[in-house]
Amino acid sequence: MEKIANFFKTFLLYELLKGMALTGRYMFARKITVQFPDERTPQSFRFRGLHAQRRYANGEERCIGCKLCEAVCPALAIKIEVAEREDGTRRTTQYDIDLTKCIFCGFCEESCPVDAIVETRIFDYHGESRGDLYYTKEMLLAVGDKNEAQIAKDRAADAKYR
Amino acid sequence: MEWLEPIQKLLGPAWLPIWTIVKIALIIAPLLGAVAYLTLAERKVIGWMQIRIGPNRVGYYGLLQPLADGLKLFMKEIIVPSGANKFLFVIAPIMVLMPALAAWAVIPFNGEMVLANVNAGLLYVLAMTSLGVYGVIIAGWASNSKYAFLGSLRSAAQIVSYEIAMGFALVCVLMAAQSLNLGEIVRGQHGNYGMLNWYFIPLFPMFMVYLISGVAETNRAPFDVAEGESEIVAGFHVEYSGMAFALFFLGEYANMILIAFLTSIMFLGGWLSPVPFLPDSIMWMLAKAAFVLFLFLWFRATFPRYRYDQLMRLGWKVFIPVSIVWVVVVGAWMQTSYWVW
Repeated sequence: MEKIANFFKTFLLYELLKGMALTGRYMFARKITVQFPDERTPQSFRFRGLHAQRRYANGEERCIGCKLCEAVCPALAIKIEVAEREDGTRRTTQYDIDLTKCIFCGFCEESCPVDAIVETRIFDYHGESRGDLYYTKEMLLAVGDKNEAQIAKDRAADAKYR
Repeated sequence: MEWLEPIQKLLGPAWLPIWTIVKIALIIAPLLGAVAYLTLAERKVIGWMQIRIGPNRVGYYGLLQPLADGLKLFMKEIIVPSGANKFLFVIAPIMVLMPALAAWAVIPFNGEMVLANVNAGLLYVLAMTSLGVYGVIIAGWASNSKYAFLGSLRSAAQIVSYEIAMGFALVCVLMAAQSLNLGEIVRGQHGNYGMLNWYFIPLFPMFMVYLISGVAETNRAPFDVAEGESEIVAGFHVEYSGMAFALFFLGEYANMILIAFLTSIMFLGGWLSPVPFLPDSIMWMLAKAAFVLFLFLWFRATFPRYRYDQLMRLGWKVFIPVSIVWVVVVGAWMQTSYWVW
């Protein structure tokens, strides 16, 4: 009996019509497309985008050249050279991140004892030639200077979970 | 057409070819426009069914998108693979597009508007739609690529299989209409009860067979194993680029529109009005074709692709027996007094 019922169900395209009813219903559903450059999806304060180097309020750069980030970086994207400055403190002479290697895992940020290297919310950046995504210390500091307000706000929001 | 008579006298014997060319242009130009906007409609409708909004960046609501696509294809280079047979490679897309356009010669748009009112119009249409498969085979073979070759083999086998069921479905129609002339077939569906007089009611199983075979015949989803993106890249036209690819594309969509028109002529009463109190007009024809085309897009948005053996099973073991049985049923039915169509 069930076999006969199944035969008729198949023959009358019952399942196919059910499927078409479903897609037909969705045709009139509210569309969920986010039209990217005009609209943006909400972002977490933990979003890991473009890197930045931060400074203290007095303008002194935070990085002390401990090379923990270089050591932890799984993609070997960070290159650091260190020397002693005139005032006797240890500072980096070179701090490069190759963003084409970087996998945006956030380990550098986590390992940093002074919160110098951070990842910002910026994700829609680009390079127009091959070297453009090789970020040097100056470029990273510039990103940090430009977005310090947002960076500080995001760190503050995340602080209670650390 | 009285106002054309002075021109007719002026041109003398040259009138007939010129007037025919004008009529051909009047069919082909809107057809190509319809093809362009069918691609947009497809992307829009499938987008809506997937809760997206579809293309909306080029012009208002993406209305210029087909022009942008066409321009892009036009500017692209046509690459002929080094191992390909150049002559066949170039001629294949033409062989796909040509029959798809030639079949329009016998399509009646309303009682008077038909380019060639031939008595064997149905046979002509069947012949033309079957010719397209040669272009597909040659495209796959001339490309000298295994994917293209497999795609063309699949496509050829599929089109040939579904042709039979399609032919039997049309046999029922011509039995009911007692004519092979497409215009006569539509007139045969004229009656006092509007849409109740159309052939899709007595021939409903054949209507379904024809519609589904039509989807298979044009290699559309869910019967698009010939292109099967996930298996053989793009099938027979994988080696084509630029305008050569665009010709295949035009051919496929022109065929879709052709099947939609044929379905509305054979089963949905062509230009006849669905209700008795409204006048018959070409608008009904276009509306019915648009409805069938919408069904094509709806199918594509809904159904997953058939596996190849399932596709062959459906064609040979379901459609052909069903259509043969229905030919007999209609034949017997027409001998009784219950045949009112």
